[in-house]
Amino acid sequence: MSVDKPTSNRAPETGSFFARDREWHPPVYAPFYKTTVLRSPQKAMISLDNTISEITGPVFGHNILGKLDDDLIHNFAKPGESAIGPRIIVYGRVLDERGKGVPGALIEVWQANAGGRYRHKKEGYLAPLDPNFGGCGRTISGEDGSYAFRTIQPGPYPWPNGPNDWRPAHIHFSIFGHGFAQRLITQMYFEGDPMIWKCPIVRTIPDRRAIEGLTAALDMEATIPMDARAYKFDIVLRGRRSTMFENRKEGN
Amino acid sequence: MTQSLDRLKESASQTAGPYVHIGLTPNFCDIPGVYPHDLGTAMVNDKTKGGRITVTGRVIDGAGGPLRDCLIEIWQADAAGLHNSPSETRGSADPNFTGWGRCPADGDSGVFRFDTIKPGRVPFRDGRLMAPHITFWIVARGINIGLNTRMYFGDEETANAEDPVLQRIEHRGRVSTLIAPRDGNTYTFDIHLQGDKETVFFDI
Repeated sequence: MSVDKPTSNRAPETGSFFARDREWHPPVYAPFYKTTVLRSPQKAMISLDNTISEITGPVFGHNILGKLDDDLIHNFAKPGESAIGPRIIVYGRVLDERGKGVPGALIEVWQANAGGRYRHKKEGYLAPLDPNFGGCGRTISGEDGSYAFRTIQPGPYPWPNGPNDWRPAHIHFSIFGHGFAQRLITQMYFEGDPMIWKCPIVRTIPDRRAIEGLTAALDMEATIPMDARAYKFDIVLRGRRSTMFENRKEGN
Repeated sequence: MTQSLDRLKESASQTAGPYVHIGLTPNFCDIPGVYPHDLGTAMVNDKTKGGRITVTGRVIDGAGGPLRDCLIEIWQADAAGLHNSPSETRGSADPNFTGWGRCPADGDSGVFRFDTIKPGRVPFRDGRLMAPHITFWIVARGINIGLNTRMYFGDEETANAEDPVLQRIEHRGRVSTLIAPRDGNTYTFDIHLQGDKETVFFDI
């Protein structure tokens, strides 16, 4: 990890973050997603207006990135080979709730292969591993919050919850914005996938609009002809207050 | 009609799932060669200022078992109470301390471990000093949105007693869930998701 290299000439912001809308996010307890039953806190959370400990966060410089970090088709493949599956570009912007681009955000992604199999020792699905696909990638957003990576479209897969539950095709996203309180993990789904609305994990999200907000749009204008289709996926992190009218002690 | 505020809604959280390691610590889960090392494994180096400590513990579910598939991130000030962040406006933090750590729980025991330094004190919003603390973020399969909590230090009784965040906890018996006992240079912080010992979680 690099230390302290600002990715922007803008003065860093120091306001606290907008309160999280807990009715928009999935609740901690969602019994139809069975694992939540024993892993959900039962007591009320204590509300804490951000202090410096929550407003600040680490910076990741572009120097941590390898040449193929944003290319899951090739970053685990043997020289001259590539991962099997429908080739896609995923692109978009990291924004905050004010609509501002978030530069310098670390975006880490992971996913199953085209058959729906993860490269993980705890994974037992009978679909085969792809020897040329690892399943992880990362990038850092540019000045306007834009990012892109190349991968293969993952497959759906069954998982032990109900007797016949399947995950829709999805890509996991971990996003590091500018403050530790902005930390977010979510999943990207694909436009038109009928499995989205059947998935107990998706359905932990109470608001249909929030699910649509996690569904990437097919963008034929951004495709690379004869190579890869493109999906556009914007990510929204918490906005932050202006410090312009912050309370100050008398005399300051 | 009025003007629109033109605000967006935060992207909804989803669970990190059982394979979070693939994305965040691929070397840990036998996907070598993509990244030279997993981010967040080294917080300190030989030149880092401050007293070396180890922070360890487990995340425990409602049946009393440890989560073997969770991932923890921590964020803290340096020994002087400064954060290694552009949003830190009070001074420059120790360049040899990242302040940020990431650790997957051990796949058998569920134990996490951070080798770090004891943080200095950081002011609360009104200028009062908070007690030394480390901010925790926990994700796992079955956790729909990352859980935030804080670890305080068992050997800081005076500072803990005047800490403005700990003072906010109405049920005084729960304060102890945030205080890690010390044994030598090791602090043990077990995080209980449910039950009588349920850890205090913060909506930050």
